[in-house]
Amino acid sequence: MRTLYKFHGGVHPPGNKTPSTQQPISAAPLPAKLIVPFRQHAGEAAKPVVQVGDHVLKGQLIGEPVGFVSSAVHAPTSGTITVIDMQPVAHPSGLPDLCATLIPDGKDEWFLREASDYRTLPAEELRHRLRMAGIVGLGGAVFPSDIKLRPLRNHPNKEIGTLILNGAECEPWITCDDMLMRERAAGIVQGAEMLRSMLEAKEVLIGIEDNKPEAIAAMHRAVADGGLPFEVVTVPTVYPGGGAKQLIRVLTGLEVPSGKLPTDIGVQCFNVATVYSAWRAIAHGEPLVSRVVTVTGNVRRPGNYEALIGTPLSELIALGEPLPDTDSHIMGGPMMGMPLPSTSVPLVKASNCIIAAAKKLFPAPPPALPCIRCTRCAQVCPAELQPMDLFWFAQSKNFGQAQAFSLFDCIECGACSYVCPSHIPLVQYFRFAKSEIRMREQDKLAADRARERHEYREFRIEREKREKAERLAAKEKAAQAAKPVEPPAVAINPDATPETTAQMKIQAAIEHAKEQAAAIKPKNTENLSAEQLAEIAEIEARRARMREMAKSDVEPPKE
Amino acid sequence: MAAFFSPFISKPDTVAQIMFRVMLALLPGIALYVWYFGPAILVSIALASITALATEAAMLKLRDRPVAPFLKDNSALLTGWLLALSIPPLAPWWLIVVGTAFCIVVAKHLYGGLGNNPFNPAMIGFAVLIVSFPVPMTHWLTPHGLGQIELSFLEQLRYIFIGSLPPGVTLDAITMATPLDTLKTHLHLDEPVKQIFDMPIYGRLAGQGSEMVSWGFLAGGLYLIAARIISWHIPVAYLGALFATAGLFHLADPAHYVTPLFHWFSGAAMLGAFFILTDPVTGPTTNKGKLIFAAGAGLLTYLIRAFGGFPDGTAFATLLMNICVPLIVLYTQPKVFGKKSGGER
Amino acid sequence: MLSALLVMSIIAIALGAVLGYSAIKFRVEGNPLADKIDAILPQTQCGQCGYPGCRPYADAIANGEADINLCPPGGEEGIKKLADLLGVEFKPFGSGAEPKPKAVAFIDENTCIGCTLCLQACPVDAIVGAAKQMHTIIASECTGCELCLPPCPVDCISMESIGENLENWKWRYPVYALQPANTVGRESA
Repeated sequence: MRTLYKFHGGVHPPGNKTPSTQQPISAAPLPAKLIVPFRQHAGEAAKPVVQVGDHVLKGQLIGEPVGFVSSAVHAPTSGTITVIDMQPVAHPSGLPDLCATLIPDGKDEWFLREASDYRTLPAEELRHRLRMAGIVGLGGAVFPSDIKLRPLRNHPNKEIGTLILNGAECEPWITCDDMLMRERAAGIVQGAEMLRSMLEAKEVLIGIEDNKPEAIAAMHRAVADGGLPFEVVTVPTVYPGGGAKQLIRVLTGLEVPSGKLPTDIGVQCFNVATVYSAWRAIAHGEPLVSRVVTVTGNVRRPGNYEALIGTPLSELIALGEPLPDTDSHIMGGPMMGMPLPSTSVPLVKASNCIIAAAKKLFPAPPPALPCIRCTRCAQVCPAELQPMDLFWFAQSKNFGQAQAFSLFDCIECGACSYVCPSHIPLVQYFRFAKSEIRMREQDKLAADRARERHEYREFRIEREKREKAERLAAKEKAAQAAKPVEPPAVAINPDATPETTAQMKIQAAIEHAKEQAAAIKPKNTENLSAEQLAEIAEIEARRARMREMAKSDVEPPKE
Repeated sequence: MAAFFSPFISKPDTVAQIMFRVMLALLPGIALYVWYFGPAILVSIALASITALATEAAMLKLRDRPVAPFLKDNSALLTGWLLALSIPPLAPWWLIVVGTAFCIVVAKHLYGGLGNNPFNPAMIGFAVLIVSFPVPMTHWLTPHGLGQIELSFLEQLRYIFIGSLPPGVTLDAITMATPLDTLKTHLHLDEPVKQIFDMPIYGRLAGQGSEMVSWGFLAGGLYLIAARIISWHIPVAYLGALFATAGLFHLADPAHYVTPLFHWFSGAAMLGAFFILTDPVTGPTTNKGKLIFAAGAGLLTYLIRAFGGFPDGTAFATLLMNICVPLIVLYTQPKVFGKKSGGER
Repeated sequence: MLSALLVMSIIAIALGAVLGYSAIKFRVEGNPLADKIDAILPQTQCGQCGYPGCRPYADAIANGEADINLCPPGGEEGIKKLADLLGVEFKPFGSGAEPKPKAVAFIDENTCIGCTLCLQACPVDAIVGAAKQMHTIIASECTGCELCLPPCPVDCISMESIGENLENWKWRYPVYALQPANTVGRESA
């Protein structure tokens, strides 16, 4: 039996997981319209590579990754791209984002699928394929998986010792990972072996909370069937035990240092659904075009559905048959999820759960009272922060102090808000303070860059002036050097004032010009024909006449 | 919708419930108080409650804050109860009214109301009363069976509200100094501890009757710990420090320094350990800080009792340690997850 | 009497010497206060303060020649920070100097004649182009100073305000449910 460790705090909210595990995962029907956002992952949004009117096949690339932290986006089914524009998406701001609208042709015809054996491919190629298959963390953070699998060049001595599969699923109501483990354990385990070989990890631990006995049994069986030395570890149910840092702590006793990554301590952690989709991507050549999502809450038929990315959420909610008193919807769990601005927004890679909410299930919190510093929040904080102090700083917009008290170690799990007897929206304050600080840092960087550019411009103008002056001086010097006879006229006169010098210079310049003019012979004056000579004579005569006229014109008024 | 963000669920606990359960935990102590000293204390508590609610409502109105939710949070009531339990029940009615009003108006609302007061309001009230009205603050009731005359409840009420005693009864006949006060006076007369303890007002551990009330508060306090309303840190550190200092002095000179148990069960030690020092608003938030804060209060309580000018020191010890809270908290910040030395197991 | 005077004078001379010595010894190059002020200023280099750039304005504030409320791009927050730094009272913007929403310049490339006048006006070299070549703005470097607007002979530059998008969106300050509406307004102001 493995020794398990504890992390500080945690809460035990009612699980509400049973209703949605009563039926197996079923495929959601093909919707009439799919809306595929180009930003479904952490990092840079994908760049559209299709045009309106294009016919695409299922799994065809429609958005390619841009930059290092980015991932690909694919057509979830075959059909025609009708619009590429800004559409409402699931985001707390309710702001729209760039999406492609796809009208399915109903054939669900696959693009070229290249099934391959990961053992025959180098790790670099596998990583590239995962990136191009749009594999991102499906636990909710949607961080591109290929980056988490890259070789640890920065830590030449530290290879990944432990690969952890996160099947804890600690949030209430959500059961998509649970059902996935029950039904597709073999794929997950094979995927884990693939990732293990990529990372060259020594051991693989599969952490599952003890409220999922069926999933634990299924994973045990799959590990035994595969003949792999993986360990399925049952961990106690406590929220947020499924947080990567918390699960790593429970399983290994290691703490991921603040501001560092798990790889810095030789551990890497993947959600089970991510591992499964990575396996599908390599072994079956299927990019991430669908995911399992829990539809639960105030519905008659809660359950899990395998739905295409881009499916409007209203269609998924309809599958669950919401009760008439449903008044709002939550994407994700009740602890960390977000309210949906509308149900027309599409399913994205991050959507693990859709909860139909009603007042009876999620009553509005009572009005917030002042903090009485009861320290319940500190007692449950898994990051061992002092939320009441952070709240004080965030509330008074004292961002420097908030940062000094490790605001950015907050994982926004919501445990503090959950236990607060004053019902203060603590996490909300922390989100506010964090985004404010991030924005200020950006502004600061922008200001610094502007200052630098401005200073450089000043420097450049100054330099150009100087160079011009130097060039002139050099020219003059060269001119003086070339004509050593003339300067004595200036040099001999000892009481020459600057004006006279300047005048002399001008005079010299004029004479120089005259000399030059005299030196230059008019061109095309030789070998002229008689007509040309006559023409020239005529022109000269005209010029002379005009000169005469000009003289007579000018002179009369002078009288 | 706009103000509705995760988490969407929360524990049903409220500030009002916490305060209510603290008041509930006071009940055993109050019951024993009534049993040993008569029902006059209930009058004080009632007066304090009414004053607390009235001044709280007035202050909220003046400060342009919603009245109903704050009145319902029970915090003003609790302050009133704690003050009522720390002053003599047979004091004139205006004493408790003035004290409670001062607690709520000055110590609480002038500092920003619930959650913002740096000093324990009840202890501020007590300090103001004992400094301003030292004489009525010594009119402690004699426990049942010890006084020459026992007033009926009606006669007590007449005294509290009108200040008239039944003919032929002097104030001295119905009141007495507290066991701590008596001890102090007699020690000044160079009487040995043993001889003082032979006086009828002393019981098994400390004062007759008052020791039993302390047991009541101890029971209530243990309930608070069991119900996770307070943590063990403050009571343990406070009683521990008080016991340790008292024990040292007692061991050194048993003739002049009483047993640590006497200190535990007299005065406001138990009330302070479980109900006053544990006030979250005015106490430290870190566990280490709580230990330092309470241990400091225990030490100060003993020093004031043994060497200071007042018979009991809990109130002043609390206030003095309240001053130190921000500093204590600053220097006892716990290490954040991932910021401990290394990441070892 | 004389000895007292003597002692005082000696002390004065000694202290003066110490002060003089330290003024030379611990001399700080540049003006550290102006640096700190410059760090607060938004570096738009727009000249709305009446000084030819942020640094000259910072120097002017440091020398006590300029008020702290002359920088509209810095917003009220900028004034607050300057007030904090200098230990003076907050001062609201004077009339006509209200901050505008953040914007970047945009060149209508059909109208641009390639005169390079805006290139010379841009304080941060955020416009690329050459004579008789169409110009364009590097939006990420544009500070929104509007200095390129007046020189343009064909008025082809316009300011496009940057609306809220997913990249610059911020979480709002949580509404404190218990306070009456008027105090909430006061605190968020």
